[in-house]
Amino acid sequence: MSTESRADDPRSIEASDSTRGYLGADYSIKSWLLTTDHKRIALLYLASITVFFIFGGAAASLVRMELMTPRGDVFNTPDDYNRAFTIHGVFMIFFFLIPSIPAVFGNFLLPIMIGARDLAFPRLNLLSWYVYMAGGLFTMYALVSGGVDTGWTFYTPYSTMFSNTQVIAAAMGIFIVGFSSILTALNFIVTIHTMRAPGMTWLRLPLFVWAHYATSIIIVLGTPVLAITILLVAVERLFQVGIFDPAYGGDPLLFQHLFWFYSHPAVYIMILPGFGVISEIVTAFARKKIFGYTFMAGALLAIAVLGFLVWGHHMFVSSQSMYAGMIFSVLSFLVAVPSGIKVFNWTATLYKGSVSFKTPMLYALGFIGLFTIGGLTGLFLATMAVDVHVHDTYFIVAHFHYVMVGGMLMAYMGGLHFWWPKITGRLYSEFWGALSALTIFIGFNLTFFPQFILGYVGMPRRYYEYPQEYQVLNVMSTAGASILAVGYLMPLIYLPLSLVIGKVAGKNPWGAYGLEWQTSSPPSPHNFEESPIVTGGPYDYELQEFADMHRAVQEHGIV
Amino acid sequence: MWDFPLFPDSASTHAPRVDALYIGLLLVSAAFTFAFAFFVLFFAVKYRRGSRADRSNIKDSSPIAEAFYITVPTLLGIGLFVWGAIVYFDLIAPPGDSVEIYVIGKQWMWKAQHPEGSKEINELHVPVGKPVRLIMTSQDVIHSFFIPDFRVKQDVLPGRYTTMWFLPTKVGRYRLFCTEYCGTEHSRMGGWVTVMEPAEYEAWLEGSSETTGMAAEGAALFRQYHCSGCHGTNSTVKAPPLEGVYGGPVPLLNDPADPQSGVKLIRADERYVRDSILLPKNEVVAGYEPLMPSFAGQIPEEDVLKLIAYIKSIGRGRPTRALDDRGMDPGEGAVTNVTEITGMPQQDNGGNER
Ligand code: HEM
Ligand SMILES: [Cu+2]
Repeated sequence: MSTESRADDPRSIEASDSTRGYLGADYSIKSWLLTTDHKRIALLYLASITVFFIFGGAAASLVRMELMTPRGDVFNTPDDYNRAFTIHGVFMIFFFLIPSIPAVFGNFLLPIMIGARDLAFPRLNLLSWYVYMAGGLFTMYALVSGGVDTGWTFYTPYSTMFSNTQVIAAAMGIFIVGFSSILTALNFIVTIHTMRAPGMTWLRLPLFVWAHYATSIIIVLGTPVLAITILLVAVERLFQVGIFDPAYGGDPLLFQHLFWFYSHPAVYIMILPGFGVISEIVTAFARKKIFGYTFMAGALLAIAVLGFLVWGHHMFVSSQSMYAGMIFSVLSFLVAVPSGIKVFNWTATLYKGSVSFKTPMLYALGFIGLFTIGGLTGLFLATMAVDVHVHDTYFIVAHFHYVMVGGMLMAYMGGLHFWWPKITGRLYSEFWGALSALTIFIGFNLTFFPQFILGYVGMPRRYYEYPQEYQVLNVMSTAGASILAVGYLMPLIYLPLSLVIGKVAGKNPWGAYGLEWQTSSPPSPHNFEESPIVTGGPYDYELQEFADMHRAVQEHGIV
Repeated sequence: MWDFPLFPDSASTHAPRVDALYIGLLLVSAAFTFAFAFFVLFFAVKYRRGSRADRSNIKDSSPIAEAFYITVPTLLGIGLFVWGAIVYFDLIAPPGDSVEIYVIGKQWMWKAQHPEGSKEINELHVPVGKPVRLIMTSQDVIHSFFIPDFRVKQDVLPGRYTTMWFLPTKVGRYRLFCTEYCGTEHSRMGGWVTVMEPAEYEAWLEGSSETTGMAAEGAALFRQYHCSGCHGTNSTVKAPPLEGVYGGPVPLLNDPADPQSGVKLIRADERYVRDSILLPKNEVVAGYEPLMPSFAGQIPEEDVLKLIAYIKSIGRGRPTRALDDRGMDPGEGAVTNVTEITGMPQQDNGGNER
């Protein structure tokens, strides 16, 4: 293929790298903390999200170590264990899974991908990071000053009337961080509507942008419901008014409806941006236009809409009406269809492609495998009779880790490796990159696959102690977790190291298509030297003219 | 070391049916997973960069393929849904002749009470080969009653009755768990279900029971809480007599605040009796003033159950079982929770709860 030689083209290491782009524009601390550059804000997020992830991961390791034996030994009391899995869940969900891809990659790439100079509201964007940090520190405070033991789900009336831990403080932290999501989402929606470069029509938007568009809509519609729910919890706890506790005339199920009305769509808030990332990676490393582009974009929107209609599948044994259960069940089966479309189309994209196995692609292939298992086990849970048995057991824990860690987190790691050269201007070690992807894949399966079995034989989740017969599977899971931890530690070393010893990346180290690869690495503060004009679809790899255009960009810095 | 369970024991009539469904799902998922794994790896290797594979005639969409992989999963999904729903119906609809046992969850123990009077904690004795129906409530937070070897689970809520049934098929001891996170001792809130031969079960009941049954204890409580002061035969207060109430249709004011609002009939079940004790203003019997005070917070759940047992014993037998909160009247197929019996003015109660 004629595009083949581009990655190795000596001209790709050239003038733009003599400056350090947006990174080198100013070095003062103030220039970072008061920046309105979407790229710098993305890096602020990257740093803080990484810290919270490590925090949540440390809690996971302790939880997993505790479960190595049937009796309590790591934690002194069951209460400490309960706090640990709550810390783990709260940080992973609200401070990692939900914000991470939009706040880091969305912030960095979305304006560049549509040919804009920044987001529509740069100062609002900075504010959203401060709000995120405020929420995070608040929650951190709540968790170290006594902790919370309700689980990240805060079910009532336990959370409102019975738990004597820092429920209100933790809930307020989550309340605050919700505003950060809303601000970012609004900013994305307005940006996508108003700031597209000339020629960037809706059907020329990269799928990454479509994914963030769909996600932002869910965030804007869903998060306020969570905020209200949390306020109601605080009100009942503080003033003993009967909202959820039947002892005061409240309804114990009301909370679950409100909570899942947000939190089920929230799992799509986590996974849709991941779909966007995977689409970009698969098409770039198959060097082929993504298969079924319009279906891929349509599936994203379909998931966003259907995702609002299935919350009741978390409540099949809660005593909700049988008819409600049936409707939630059938809708849950239907939501699997657009997810299936995505997997089919990624696979079809490989067909007749020119596939290279660089680190981001390894993560993406891992994603396809793990997400498929996570998604298909979702069908077990949508099947009411089977869900009755596996609900609130380790089967659920395995299922959501396959979707959230095997899916979203693999996408996040893939994206991090894919755009790292763009963000920093440096290449990391391919050897260590590939090794980390492989280690994570193996460690992951060893950790979470046994949990499906464990769940079906009956081990309930959130158990500090468990019957002896479940030990072997738990030991396997804990062993896998330590391999997994090693896999996550590697990038923490070789990625920062690449800043010092990494090769200079050049504009387009992967020979990928897309506006972000047409500008320098790292991009200049205003993204493009000249505003781009878009003349083709997002992935026109087959076009001969692409090769020529690419060369023109390399030489003249224009599109 | 390496002998660990891959499958739970199969000890109720539900178990084989749920397992069949589970295995069906496993096969479908395994087929898809292996198909994807195969194609992803096959394409990735065959079309690896630099390979000489044929790449002519590339397509970037195909309406036929897309139609195919929308319809096939949709049909498959609907098929699985129907199968799952059929099994689920039986899971929630008990047969008529069940042994009824009351269960109360509280932080952190399960208390069970047999109608004959025997009580147990974190243990449940049941006869083999007979359907058992549990009528459950919680005294504090939400718990969930789970017997893995029977494939049954049901949340247990404060302020509400939920029910669950199973038909044990094998004598033995089976684990019992709480699966709704309920605080400090959540993981210790479990115990054992013992399935016994019916004769043994009878003997066990004899041996362990206090001589008085639940209904007799309820009768004593009926006087102790001064219920009889109003509902008793000699009372001067105008309150409906309770003989014959349970199981029969009861005429209620459509709108308790408005005596002119018309009347609807409901069937008096356990929920109705419970709510009449704790929330008497919600459902007022036509022709009576809403005079009864609420006993909420004054009568512990166990005593409520005993009062219900007493009122049942003086009711008209058991033509229907309590309608559980899923809105299922097992005896009559699907009807709404509040059973409308006549064409009288009806009130929409949303199809479930209260
Ligand atoms: C090293 C990797 C991990 C291990 C070993 C691990 C382990 C566990 C375990 C054992 C539980 C169950 C606690 C219980 O129910 O008793 C759990 C719950 C959970 N995990 Fe992880 N986890 C890992 C990574 C993650 C990641 C990366 C995320 C999200 C990005 C995550 C999200 C969650 C959530 C949301 C829960 C539910 C917490 C709750 O029940 O309240 N986990 N994890
Ligand atoms: Cu419990």
